[in-house]
Amino acid sequence: MRTQDQTLDEILNLAATHFKVSREKLTPDDDFFKTLGIDSLQALDLLTRLENHFSVELPDYELQGVSDFRTLAGRIQARL
Amino acid sequence: MLDLTQYSCLGAALRDALDRWPNETCLIESDRDKEKLRLTYSDFKEMARRLARALQDSDLKAGSRTAIIMTNQSKWLVSAYVIFYSGAVLVPLDYKLSAAEHLQLLAHSGAEFLIVEYYLWRAITQSPEFKNHQLKTVLVTEAPVGADLAGAYRWEEFRRKGEPDFVNRRKEDTACIVYSSGTGGRPKGCVLTHENYLEQCIALTAWYPFWPGVRYLSILPTNHAIDFMVGFIGPFVCGACVVHLRTLRPEFVRDAFPRYKITYVTLVPMILKNLEKGLRAKFEALPPPRRFLLNRLIGINKALTRRRPHVKLSRALLPQVHKAFGGELLALITGGAFMEPSTLQFFYDLGIPVANGYGLTEACTALTLNDLKPFRADTVGKPLPGVDVRVLNPDPDGIGEVAVRSKTVMSHYLGDPELTAQTIVDGWLLTGDLGRFDGNHHLQLFGRKKNMIVTEGGKNIYPEDVETAFDDLPVKEYCVFAANYVWPGKTLGREMLIIVIRLEPGQDFTDYSRRELELRNRRLPDFKRVGGYVLWDKDFPRTASMKIKRTELAEELGKRLDRASAVVEL
Repeated sequence: MRTQDQTLDEILNLAATHFKVSREKLTPDDDFFKTLGIDSLQALDLLTRLENHFSVELPDYELQGVSDFRTLAGRIQARL
Repeated sequence: MLDLTQYSCLGAALRDALDRWPNETCLIESDRDKEKLRLTYSDFKEMARRLARALQDSDLKAGSRTAIIMTNQSKWLVSAYVIFYSGAVLVPLDYKLSAAEHLQLLAHSGAEFLIVEYYLWRAITQSPEFKNHQLKTVLVTEAPVGADLAGAYRWEEFRRKGEPDFVNRRKEDTACIVYSSGTGGRPKGCVLTHENYLEQCIALTAWYPFWPGVRYLSILPTNHAIDFMVGFIGPFVCGACVVHLRTLRPEFVRDAFPRYKITYVTLVPMILKNLEKGLRAKFEALPPPRRFLLNRLIGINKALTRRRPHVKLSRALLPQVHKAFGGELLALITGGAFMEPSTLQFFYDLGIPVANGYGLTEACTALTLNDLKPFRADTVGKPLPGVDVRVLNPDPDGIGEVAVRSKTVMSHYLGDPELTAQTIVDGWLLTGDLGRFDGNHHLQLFGRKKNMIVTEGGKNIYPEDVETAFDDLPVKEYCVFAANYVWPGKTLGREMLIIVIRLEPGQDFTDYSRRELELRNRRLPDFKRVGGYVLWDKDFPRTASMKIKRTELAEELGKRLDRASAVVEL
């Protein structure tokens, strides 16, 4: 079982790779819409990638009101 | 379709529709690539019947205000039908609002009944504001086994045997209270009558008809005026079918077109642009000879459809493109936000007609719409039948405020006679939007007179609604504006909110100040955030009661500062 910190770290790695952003530029409390320069559709796309990576199903509503990696990690951790 | 002139209320029209087409499919619900539900009109009626009896036994009656907070799904429409059948008033709330905002609008609307998805109800009950509410009965959908429902009932189990009572309403009675904005600020609850909706449906279907066999893909939230009309009322009174997806992920939205052979869909700019981007990338990736051929075929299609669409011809010329959209798409419907003409033209040139229109919640759904005779990407179309549109006090270019008189214009703003009187003057609804008519009576929009923005996702955002998020910002004072309100341009593009900041004497705007600003900005949902800040070196003008004189401040800012150099992006 991953710890929440591990989950968070994997999310940051995956986001950096998928959106071609330097990993060093991403921090847990970043607003990912801004840091990654994405809109809400691209954020849904990120959710799909995370589902595949963690092998969990994440309904769209898990993104509602979430804009930083740390909270997102919490939502994913709860489903692992 | 039903002859809606014979009806006085939505409940009666929908009731008769269920009996008129019992064996036609009215709803398909799909979650990702799995179809979860398919209902005929007869199934829909059966599902609604016992829910209606149970709600009526819980005192749902004529005029009872009943809110729905749900994503697009079958239970939304079944519940709304039950509300209208029972003569009650529907309050459709945006599921993307926060729990505190939901509670605020529930209180403002006077809703006694609430039908809500479990995860939204959980957020509402966990909100510190969840106390002293006036809700009598709450039904929760899809609650997990063993979940604490905080006094609510399970929608799926809330049934009672026996025939429900049909309650007729008059045309002038309230059908819905729809919030066009107003969380945090001054709630704008548009009171819309049965006549508003019946007239709107007659006008819209005159130009874009539905019939049994038509499949409408419902993506825009059903609480939004457009989807409520073209993703519920319109299809149902014509025997057509609505397709719901439980996800908005682009890959599943794309798959839904061929899978369900969609006829119509409404898209906001963000999604339409995403589709355009995907198609352009595919075209670019073609080997040069095929790309050359495609461009030639698009050119031929463009020439042949200049005067009016020829859908069958376009499908024959560009079969691969049309196959990706299911091969039966008749039109993309757009509206609710500014759409770049080049995007609209891109789809039209592929043989996919775009019904771009203009409307506002205060006038039910749509006021003007492209009639495709011919297609115009640079306008929002012509006034619909029965809609009078005027341009007030036009400037030398013919541009002025758009005003509207129509049977689709709301009755009033709930509990706000002052705002109603400012908005509906001598029977004309003042839209706050700037426009002009061209020689062919097409309306062109040029900007806004009002201090608000419409996002690419089709959401109206008013500065007053986001200002409270910046409470305790360590500065002397601040005020949020729509940038286009401060620097009026004759365009609807580049819409963003800005925060104007006045520092304390001797204070510098440091990294700490910026972090504090960003921290508060991020408390807002992403679509409500301010896009930049402006530092201002004078105290804000205020009224005797210390309210900021926004108009005066905006004028002074606009005169003294240049937008490009003054706004620092966040």
